[in-house]
Amino acid sequence: MGKILMKGNEAIGEAAIRAGCLNYFAYPITPQSEVAEYLARRMPEAGGVFLQGESEVAVSYMIFGASGCGERAFTTSSSPGISLMAEGMSYIAGGECPAVFVNIMRGGPGLGGILPSQADYLQATKGAGHGDYRMLVLAPASVQEAVEMVMTAFPLAEKYRNPVMILGDGLIGQMMEPVEFPDHLKTEPSNKDDWATNGMDTRKSDRRNLVKSLYLDPELLNSHNLKLKAKYDRMKREEIRYETYHTESDYRVLIVSYGTMSRVCRTAIDELRSQRLDVAMVRPKTVFPFPEQAVLVASEKESCEQVISIEMSMGQMVEDVERSVRGKRQVHWFGKCGGEVPTPEEVIDAIKALVK
Amino acid sequence: MGKIFCKPVSLSDQATHYCPGCTHGVIHRLVAEVIDELGVRGRTVGIAPVGCAVLAYNYFTFDFQEAAHGRAPAMATGIKRVRPDLIVFTYQGDGDLASIGMSEIIHAANRGEKFTTVFVNNAVYGMTGGQMAPTTMPNQRTTTSPFGRNVEEVGMPIKVAELISALETPAFISRQSVIKPKYVVRAKKAIKRAFQYQIEKRCFSLVEVVSTCPTNWGMTPVEAVQWAEDVMHPYYQLGDKKSPDPIKDKED
Amino acid sequence: MQSEVMFAGFGGQGILLSGKILAEAAMDKGMEVAWVPSYGPEMRGGTAYCTVVISDRPIGSPIIRNPMHLVAMNRPSLEKFAGVIKPGGVILINTSLIPISSGRKDVDEVQIQVTDIAKTLGSVRAANIVALGAFVARSKIIEFDILENAVRNEFKKKKEFISLNLAALQEGKKAAQA
Repeated sequence: MGKILMKGNEAIGEAAIRAGCLNYFAYPITPQSEVAEYLARRMPEAGGVFLQGESEVAVSYMIFGASGCGERAFTTSSSPGISLMAEGMSYIAGGECPAVFVNIMRGGPGLGGILPSQADYLQATKGAGHGDYRMLVLAPASVQEAVEMVMTAFPLAEKYRNPVMILGDGLIGQMMEPVEFPDHLKTEPSNKDDWATNGMDTRKSDRRNLVKSLYLDPELLNSHNLKLKAKYDRMKREEIRYETYHTESDYRVLIVSYGTMSRVCRTAIDELRSQRLDVAMVRPKTVFPFPEQAVLVASEKESCEQVISIEMSMGQMVEDVERSVRGKRQVHWFGKCGGEVPTPEEVIDAIKALVK
Repeated sequence: MGKIFCKPVSLSDQATHYCPGCTHGVIHRLVAEVIDELGVRGRTVGIAPVGCAVLAYNYFTFDFQEAAHGRAPAMATGIKRVRPDLIVFTYQGDGDLASIGMSEIIHAANRGEKFTTVFVNNAVYGMTGGQMAPTTMPNQRTTTSPFGRNVEEVGMPIKVAELISALETPAFISRQSVIKPKYVVRAKKAIKRAFQYQIEKRCFSLVEVVSTCPTNWGMTPVEAVQWAEDVMHPYYQLGDKKSPDPIKDKED
Repeated sequence: MQSEVMFAGFGGQGILLSGKILAEAAMDKGMEVAWVPSYGPEMRGGTAYCTVVISDRPIGSPIIRNPMHLVAMNRPSLEKFAGVIKPGGVILINTSLIPISSGRKDVDEVQIQVTDIAKTLGSVRAANIVALGAFVARSKIIEFDILENAVRNEFKKKKEFISLNLAALQEGKKAAQA
């Protein structure tokens, strides 16, 4: 199948269907309402479920219900809506159910704005809701990558029985780029008979299943949390994804950047290198788990003088970068979070200011 | 002579954690009997609320999910939409359903979601220790209305069954009581009808059950039953509030 | 080689669509493309614009401060963006609605009565396609027949519009070559 020019939001909706997820619940919010608009037509055509819920809070439990009874389900929202869904995410993680949440980030705090932003980095990577839990967070830098990450998210959510988040910014949702839907990423749902509330008759069993997050006994709750922690540790071993740019040769500055911002950095790096200022980049594709080792190794390169986290947020990812670099290099931050994506020229100025 | 009375298969052997004089146990049993009689245990999913009935899943023998405070109707919606063949019910108290979960129940009812809600109204928050609920009676003392519910400040108790009946979407909405055997018999009929409407994929169904909470009311079980009958019953009028099936109503 | 085109005008002038058709055409040719819209409340009746990035290698920043070309459909767009266009680029001005010029000496300024041409074709709504035809003919950013194909594809579900829009492309081309 050839490439189609598609808006990120629509491609995300289509990707879920192509991945084999036929259940979508959502509440409209800019800049991702096109996902719901697209799926309102497309889901019935594909024989799936589309439902506009009364609030993001309710939507997160519709996802929980659907997923708890063993069916693939996903939702999409943007920053303020994600805050409301965070409650459900905590319950879903506690109840050990798979689910996919897409956050097409806009600026905050509060209503903030509707333009692209990466201001929900800490919310996404450190656990949006209450309690000891994490989500696997994939951060696409193009519409094609958003498609692939959405399609990968479902088997990952099932592998860990944990929510997976796609963390994109407004531009990923609004931009049109050519996309291809890879057939090989379509996966069959894993067998859920040992935990899902799909009805005893369905699984021909006399043993009932229970989906819950309440553990009143402190020892039981502790061991439940240890079990969850073991999953997050396994994610750190098995799921870290990243990309490097020009890290094989020498460089004076190492950029760490993700999503749309990383593309701006790429252009800036090309320009800087043509001006004989060598700069390289590590681009996390998973922001949880964060590619600590890759950032550490890249920062330890002898030629590398400084490290800079470039993000559309007021210094959020820089905390993970600092942690990874372990004090071995100076770590700086550059970013903007009003909705305006920094231009390559602004990135170039920020890098030049560092090496003066 | 064969066995003429036994515990429903849908009910587990575990002793409940409910207080003496609490009617949750009676309502659990009614739900279990109905599910047995309708032969749907193997495809039933119950949804536990937050509140005293949070542990309800320990007392039933079919699949269960546990929701957050008030969100059970949204969770039931999720299950029912993706698995319309499953029989789904939420079991919710008054703090859960009528306060924090008012939005979820109204919208699920208004969408005509084909699940059943058993709504236990005992006019108080039980699990958290006797705080005022939206259904607490005027002048009723609770830990957060120590001088009695002041309706000038917090309004009148919410009549959930009537409120939901006002929606235009067809539904079966009934209010029953379990404080005396004669009420229990009627309550079971209503709960059975509620599940039948679901099985027939007819409509959303909700049965509000007037219940007692001697512990948090500061009464003996006997006093509690009397108080429910004297104070709650006149305000929370029993009977069917709405039905998708007016002819059947007349026959009953 | 990378090139960028900014389409700008009033909301409702079909700005986003002409950008999309150009992006489709470039994609059909096998180029890398990105179509980046302005979005939000400003779309409702205010200024709308989109940038189409066309490149022969993967596109880095989709955010372009200085695009190569501009298609300005109304005066505020020209005033806002004329200054940011790269030297040597094309600035197409819809003189039906814009009584001024860009004031740039270092660009290829094309003045065309886009809206009037569309009116003579029978539909003022085809103005965006007239402008697209004129722009592509002048900038040669892509082969004209590929563009025509993209127009056919775009309107394949509303066949009655195909001939009108192909005519609009041709009239735009003619005007640009005049």
